[in-house]
Amino acid sequence: MTDTASVSGGERKSADWTFETLEYYEQAIARIAKEYRLDIYPNQIEIITSEQMMDAYASVGMPVGYHHWSFGKQFLSVEQSYRRGKMGLAYELVINSDPCIAYLMEENTLMMQILVMAHACYGHNSFFKGNYLFRAWTDASAIVDYLVFARRYISECEEKHGVETVEQLLDACHALQNYGVDRYKRPSPMSPEAESKRQEEREAYLQTQVNALWTTIPTHDTEHLSDRAVTDSEDPLALRAPFHYPPEPQENLLYFIEKNAPLLAPWQREVVRIVRKMAQYFYPQRQTQVMNEGWATFWHYTIMNQLFDEGLIDEGVILEFLQSHTSVVAQPTFDSPYYNGINPYALGFAMFSDIKRICEHPTDEDREWFPDIAGSNWLDTFHFAMANFKDESFVQQFLSPKVMRDFKMFAIIDDDQDDMIEVGAIHNEQGYRRVREALSAQYALGQREPNIQVWSADVRGDRSLTLRHLVHKRRPLDQSVYPVLRYLHQLWGFPVKLDSFDGDDVVHRYQWPLPDAS
Amino acid sequence: MSYFIDRRENAKHKSAVNRQRFLQRYRKHIKRAVEDSVNRRSITDMKRGEKISIPDRDISEPVFRHGRGGDNTIVSPGNKEFNEGDRFNRPSGKGGGDGSGEGSASNQGEGVDEFAFSLTREEFLEFVFDGLELPNLERKQLLDIEEVKPVRSGISRDGIPARMNVVRSMREAYARRIAMRAPIRRALKEAEEALAEEEGKEPALRNKLRLEELRAEIDQLKRRLEAVPYIDTFDLRYNNMTNQPVPSNKAVMFCVMDVSGSMTQAHKDIAKRFFLLLYLFLERNYEKIELVFIRHHTAAKEVDEEEFFYSRETGGTIVSSALNLLDEVIETRYPPGQWNLYVAQASDGDNWDDDSTTCRQILSDKIMHRLQYYAYVEITPHAHQALWDEYERVAADFPDRFAMQQIVEAGDIYSVFRELFRRREAA
Repeated sequence: MTDTASVSGGERKSADWTFETLEYYEQAIARIAKEYRLDIYPNQIEIITSEQMMDAYASVGMPVGYHHWSFGKQFLSVEQSYRRGKMGLAYELVINSDPCIAYLMEENTLMMQILVMAHACYGHNSFFKGNYLFRAWTDASAIVDYLVFARRYISECEEKHGVETVEQLLDACHALQNYGVDRYKRPSPMSPEAESKRQEEREAYLQTQVNALWTTIPTHDTEHLSDRAVTDSEDPLALRAPFHYPPEPQENLLYFIEKNAPLLAPWQREVVRIVRKMAQYFYPQRQTQVMNEGWATFWHYTIMNQLFDEGLIDEGVILEFLQSHTSVVAQPTFDSPYYNGINPYALGFAMFSDIKRICEHPTDEDREWFPDIAGSNWLDTFHFAMANFKDESFVQQFLSPKVMRDFKMFAIIDDDQDDMIEVGAIHNEQGYRRVREALSAQYALGQREPNIQVWSADVRGDRSLTLRHLVHKRRPLDQSVYPVLRYLHQLWGFPVKLDSFDGDDVVHRYQWPLPDAS
Repeated sequence: MSYFIDRRENAKHKSAVNRQRFLQRYRKHIKRAVEDSVNRRSITDMKRGEKISIPDRDISEPVFRHGRGGDNTIVSPGNKEFNEGDRFNRPSGKGGGDGSGEGSASNQGEGVDEFAFSLTREEFLEFVFDGLELPNLERKQLLDIEEVKPVRSGISRDGIPARMNVVRSMREAYARRIAMRAPIRRALKEAEEALAEEEGKEPALRNKLRLEELRAEIDQLKRRLEAVPYIDTFDLRYNNMTNQPVPSNKAVMFCVMDVSGSMTQAHKDIAKRFFLLLYLFLERNYEKIELVFIRHHTAAKEVDEEEFFYSRETGGTIVSSALNLLDEVIETRYPPGQWNLYVAQASDGDNWDDDSTTCRQILSDKIMHRLQYYAYVEITPHAHQALWDEYERVAADFPDRFAMQQIVEAGDIYSVFRELFRRREAA
C-alpha cells in the first residue's frame, strides 16, 4: 500500500498505524463525537498483542480477575477459535470503568484501530456513561479497584483454606449468579476502599446477625399465620404453625444466602458477596445488548463516514471499513446455516438508523406509529432513547414497522400442547404489534430466565430452604435444576426444596438431597 | 481526555493459572482422552500436542434455565412465504427453544456438543506420564559405541587422484621450478655477461675460443632451463584424510514383549508407556532411531508396531526364542560398530523353567557386551519366577548396562529409568 494519495491535509494513508496517527484520529473522532454530544468517560486506550487479547477475552475483558477454572475454560475455547481463524472483531473489549479501558490489537490495520476507537471509546463508552441501567447498577469509577480487592481477597482465601475449597464455593456461587441481583431495588454503590475497610467488621457483624436468626426463638407474628393453622383444632394456639421467614419472598438468592445461610464461615459469606457484586456489575450488560451494540455501531458508522467526508480518510480506508461494517451488521435469515439468532449489531444498528430516519424524514406510517418522535430533533431523541431504555423496552418503544419489514420478522408459536407449530404473526399490518410484543418479551430478562425466589427458610424445623418457581407460560425448568440445587444445598447446608407453581398449583417439586430411591 | 498506553511489553499468559486450574479440574477426562490418544498413536509420534474433547454436559456450569416445552413464541428474521395462521409440523431437533435472543441452541442435529481444546506437547506428555515427573532427560555418560569418520587432516604426498589438491600441487610445482631454475639462471646470467663483455672488446682482442665456449654454455644452459618440468609427480599433493572416532548418532531400540495369553491389554498398555519413555529418551540423544519390535510366546517374531501392541496371541512362553531372534537381528542388520543398541523388554515374568537359564546364557555370552543398555520390566503384582532370578545374575554381571524393575502399575516405570536419566555427574 502506498502512502501517496493526498487528500486535503495530506494525512498519511498507509495501512499501518503509528501512535501519532492513532492520536491524530482519536482527536478527530473526539471532535466529531462532541458535535453529536456524546458524553464519555476519559478513555484509556491500551495497545495489546493478540495473546493478550485472548487473555482479556477469557476474563470477560476484566483487567484483573480472581482465578477460577471456568475462566480457563473460556480461555481455551477462545484460543481454539482464534487458532482456527474464527475469532471475529475485537470490538467488544471495552470495560465499563472510569476511565474507560479499551483494547486495540497491534495487528489491526489503521482502519480497524479507527473503527474500534469510534465504536468502543466513543460508542460503548458514552452508552456506559448515559444509560440508566449502567448508572444505577454499576459504579464505573470503582470497578477496577473492586476487582483488585476481589482478586486479592480470594487468593488470600485460597492460601488460608485451600484452592479446592474456594473453587467449590465459587462453583456454587457461579451457578446462582444470575440470581444475585435485586431487580427492583437500586443497590448501594460499590466502594472499594470502604469495602476493604469494612470487610472485617462486616464479617463479624454478619455472623452475629446470622446467629441471632438461628438462635432466637422467634415470636409469633399473627400476620404470618396461615389460615390452615388458625383453623387447626389440634393446634389452636398455632404453636406448630410455620413461622415464615423471610416475611417477603426474596429474589436475590445470593444475598439471602450471604445473610442467612446458617453454616457459612464469614470468609465464605464474603466470597458469596464478591460473586454477587460481580453479577450485579454485569447485570446491565445482559439487558442492553441490542441497544449497546446498536448504539456503538451507529456511531462508528456515522463517525467513519464523517471522517471520510472531511477527507481525513481516503477511499481505500472507507471501502475497507464498509466491508467490515457490512459483515458486522449482516443478519442471516432463520433458515440459513449461519443463523444464530437475531444479530444484536444488526437489529440495534437498524433500529437506531431508523429512529434517525423517523425523526428526519417521517412517513405517514411513522407519524401514526411514533407521533412523539416523528419530525423531532433526531439527536435529542437518540440521547433520550439511549439513556432511558433497556432492550426489552427499547424494542417495545422504538421497533418500527419498517424495521420489521426489512428484517421480514415473523413470530412462531411453539406450544407443546399443540402438535404443530403456528405462525402467530408476520410483518404486516395485523401482525406488527404482536411481532413487536413477542420480540420485546424475548429480550425481557424476567422471561428469559425462570422466576425463582426464596420462599421460606424453616428456621424452627429442619432448617430446610424452600424456593418457589413461578411458571410462566407453562415453561418447565431444565434438568440443570438438579445440579444447581445441589450447589445451593452446599451453600445452605440443609435440605433445599424448589416448588414450581403454575398459578396456585404446584406442577413440580424438586429437592436436594434427592429423596431416597426406595 | 484520552490517552494511549502501550501494553505490548506486559506479560501475556495472564490466563495461565486459570488454564492450569481447568486442566486440573478435568484431569480425569483429559487423562482418558490422552490415554486413548497414546493407544492410537505410534510411539514415534509423541511430539505433538493433542486435541481434547470433553462432552459439554460434563463441563457445563449449571444455572437455572428453562427447559423444553411450554408455550413459546419465537421471533425470527427472514420470512419468505409464511402467513399468519400457517401451521407446520414441529421441526425435529430443535425443540421449544429457550426463547432467548442469543439462539445458543446448536442446529447441527443430534450428537453431544463437545468442548474442544488443544493441549500443548508438554501438557500432553505430562498427562501421558501422569505422576511420573519426567526427569530432565539428560544423558548419563553412556558407553556409546564409536564409529570412525574420515576427517581432513592436512596435506600428504600420497593419495589417490580423486583427492589431489590442485592448488597445493601447483604451488609445489612453482616452488620447485623456482628452486631448480635459479642456479641455471644465475649461471646463464653470468655467461651472458661474460659473453657481452667479450663481445664488447676490440675485435682484435676477442678470444674466439672463449666466445665459442661461452656460446655453447649459454645454449646448454638455455636447454637446461627449458628442461625443468612444469609439473612433476614430485610436486603432487593430496588432501589427507584420517579416520577419527566420533560417537555414533544412530541408535536402534529393540522392543521385546511377551504376548502370551497371560499378558493382558492392560499389561501391554503399561509396556507401551515403558517403551515410549525409552524412546523419548533416545530421541533426545540420537539423530536417527530405528525401532525393532520383537514379540514372542513360544516362538519369536519380528512385527510392526500395530501388531506388536494389539494383536492377541495365546500359548506358553519361551523367552529365549526372542533373545535368539534379537541376537540374529543384531548380527545381520545392526553391526554394533555402527549402532547404539538398546533393548527394552517387557514381560509378566512367565517362562518355561529350564528356559530361564538359557536366557541368561544368551544374554551374558552373546548380547550384553554389544548393548548400550538393557531395561527389563516385569509387569506383575505376583512373586517373581525363575526368569527374574536369572536376570538378577545378569544384572550383577553388567551393573552399568542392565536395569530391571518390577512394575505393578504405570507409575513404577520411572524407577527403571532413574539410573539412565540421572544427570551426568562430574567426570
